[in-house]
Amino acid sequence: MRRTPIVMAALGLFLFLLALACTQPPPPPPTTAPPPTATPEPQVDVAALKAEVVANYAAGVHALYSESLRSAQAMDIAVDAFIANPTPATLEAAKRAWLRARDDYGPTEAFRFYSGPIDNEDDGPEGLLNAWPMDESYVDYVDGNPTAGIINMPDAYPTIDADLIVSLNEEGGEENVSTGWHAIEFLLWGQDLNDQGPGSRPVSDYTTAANADRRGVYLATASDVLIGHLQDLVDAWAPNTAGNYRADFMALDRDAALSNIITGIGELSRGELAGERMTVAYDARSQEDEHSCFSDNTTADIVGNTVGIQVVLTGDYGAVSGPGILDLVAVEDEALAMRLASEVSASVALARQIPAPFDQHLTSDVPNSAPGRTLVLRTIEALEQQTDTIVAAATAVGITISVS
Amino acid sequence: MAANPATTPHRTAAVRYQAVRRYGSVIVIAAVILLALATAGFMLLRPAPSEPGPSAAEIDALLTELLGGATTAFADNRNAFSFSARNLTNLERRTFEVGDSFFEQNWVTAPASTAARDGLGPTFNAQSCSSCHVLDGRGRPPLDDFDPERGLLFRISIPGADANGGPLPDPNYGGQLQDRAILTTPAEGRFRIAYDLIHGAYGDGEPYTLLSPRYSFDDLAFGPLHPEAMVSPRIAPSAFGVGLLEAIAEADILAQADPDDADGDGISGRPNLVWDARRQQTALGRFGWKANVPTVEQQVAGAFRGDIGITSPLFPSENCPAAQTDCQSAPHGGRPEIPAQRLAQVVFYNQTLAVPAMRDTDDPQVRQGAALFLQAGCVACHTPRYTTGAHPVAALSGQAILPYTDLLLHDMGMGLADGRPDFLANGREWRTPPLWGLGLIDNVNGHTRLLHDGRARSIAEAILWHDGEGLAAREMFRNMPRAARAALLRFLESL
Repeated sequence: MRRTPIVMAALGLFLFLLALACTQPPPPPPTTAPPPTATPEPQVDVAALKAEVVANYAAGVHALYSESLRSAQAMDIAVDAFIANPTPATLEAAKRAWLRARDDYGPTEAFRFYSGPIDNEDDGPEGLLNAWPMDESYVDYVDGNPTAGIINMPDAYPTIDADLIVSLNEEGGEENVSTGWHAIEFLLWGQDLNDQGPGSRPVSDYTTAANADRRGVYLATASDVLIGHLQDLVDAWAPNTAGNYRADFMALDRDAALSNIITGIGELSRGELAGERMTVAYDARSQEDEHSCFSDNTTADIVGNTVGIQVVLTGDYGAVSGPGILDLVAVEDEALAMRLASEVSASVALARQIPAPFDQHLTSDVPNSAPGRTLVLRTIEALEQQTDTIVAAATAVGITISVS
Repeated sequence: MAANPATTPHRTAAVRYQAVRRYGSVIVIAAVILLALATAGFMLLRPAPSEPGPSAAEIDALLTELLGGATTAFADNRNAFSFSARNLTNLERRTFEVGDSFFEQNWVTAPASTAARDGLGPTFNAQSCSSCHVLDGRGRPPLDDFDPERGLLFRISIPGADANGGPLPDPNYGGQLQDRAILTTPAEGRFRIAYDLIHGAYGDGEPYTLLSPRYSFDDLAFGPLHPEAMVSPRIAPSAFGVGLLEAIAEADILAQADPDDADGDGISGRPNLVWDARRQQTALGRFGWKANVPTVEQQVAGAFRGDIGITSPLFPSENCPAAQTDCQSAPHGGRPEIPAQRLAQVVFYNQTLAVPAMRDTDDPQVRQGAALFLQAGCVACHTPRYTTGAHPVAALSGQAILPYTDLLLHDMGMGLADGRPDFLANGREWRTPPLWGLGLIDNVNGHTRLLHDGRARSIAEAILWHDGEGLAAREMFRNMPRAARAALLRFLESL
């Protein structure tokens, strides 16, 4: 169909760049595109295409949140099995399930930044799902403070349940994270006190240590709360459901919907990913600023985010596939669409090459010229470049967006 | 004020509105009809002014979306104050992002594993910049004792001046009341607010009510305040645009000064001359409610130490008066707690937050409001337009901007007076605050509390508090027909 040539060209460029990415930055964009005034023979119905892009996006969002929910449910089962029988093997299984579930959540972050179901001001669960950096001592003991945290305060918080940990999240400060991926991560891994590997919480924290039972209840509760929030997101995007968010989204003016979609990927690309998640940690050389610091999963988080941007652009969400933003851009400016496709492929490829763990690139003694730090910086630069192109692509289809 | 072309129409209009007051309701009705007709005519024959008033060109000059020149961001949602200047390079945006992180996130008690952000307090008002400047926006007074809002604090001083001409701190409490502290140190005390209602009426009889605050202090941990202590409430203003204000050429500000009101327009306008801690000399004050701070760097470093308890190369000592021994012996988070490079990044962040675009510039009511803003003489202090001079940040240099401030001090009357001098500012003087972004505060911060202590609940109330040098303009507004008042407010809300 009409998207095939673009996808093929993008794939070709992607493979070409993948081979190139290790040694040099992406080549400058081709400047030999045919003049845009030369109208292609099959006249494209832009309005119909916009409707298809929006509909395919909504179906894709639902598909990715559904996948995220499924792997999180698998994690929840593994967490419950660990708490019922805490052994090194069950702990490892729970950690593996967290890592697996995290892979599916990463791409969904491309659906943020326009006050949709994930982060609307009234009840969007983003802060409850994915807040970071986390002050570990708000939840549990830390190095040098063995009695810190909600878990170790039975007098103040006699009953640990969903209402309690939800009500305490970000209470009194953004770092006071009591729920979500990173709270669960901390309860599975513990503090990461070295830059060679992740945290290594002993199994005894869940058997013989002080407040072991409360810790187990906390972990199980945090996992349940996370499942509940993902279920809410799946419901909000479920098809043919009167009154849910997807119904409203499909009824939006098409350009307004497209503005939301593109703002989401633009904001994730630079302000959130290149900026807050990568540049701050890179510049401050502070492990506290890396995204998944306890499990050392930060590099995979970065890849997941870049993939999220890519799938929104291509329209290929795996289980769901159809016209994406690139197809729309190609109608107005084919060269621009090809350039954007290749830039996004390049940033995904660069992100995949950053060696894990991420914190080895943040220590005070590693020089800027070290291969790992160089790759981090090149990924940041690639994300910045693609953000400029995303904004230009929006302009090409008649939409003005503001991103950080 | 120096000679100003707005003076003549200002007087003409004043006479007209005084007549409206004198001859009562018949004339009011006639005036409303006339104004409606004039507005209709205005809309039909755009550039044809019916009588001496602002020209179409003068009005057009106010109806530009790019309030912040090339920095301007087009957004009216809750993030409207949080964008980087649109004309930054990608490299500069990276600096902006790092500064953003240290502006947003909380500082914690030292020592902590989050080593880049420890050193909070010992005494403090807030844990982060963003807890008062929420979403880079504006604070408001707390509504009750349990309101977590941190946007209001109190400066304290005693009569006299320090070696640099600045306020003399209270011997036991220092220059500011810190109402919070880390666990091992007592907080200095807390403030309470009570409001008296002031009833008034517009010229057409429509009543209004203003809130006049009374402040008291209790739980004071180090005895009573000095018997001659003077306190000044200060609301956290929006953070964006300060780099552009810093880039305005000093000569352009001083040219507007008219300390002795030589032109007899009732408006003086005095520059504040304050201590520049970086250059160790006296300099023109531009920032703070009394223009008591010369640079963005000093504003940021001052807030880090005074509000959060974070020492910096510019202000390397903790804020612990002699009587506060626990404060003095508390652990610190490094010397200084924020290093030079990090401070520079937060300063850059503040300097390069984009000004949001004006909205509804083609709305006839907004246009009418802009004309009234000119006619009422608001521009005598709220100077609309500048072209910025040279600034170390290229994106801020040479920009055509519309901040609506002269950055000068004006006597605003007894009702607003804090009675506390600050360098050359006397107890009745305040710096003209910029008006850009005024209509977006509600979208960003969910309130419309204005003025230095947030007493005004709306733009109209803020205007009605104008007295002293602002009296004539306020009376113009108060005596406008309802439709004209609505148009003026609509213009201000579009900024």
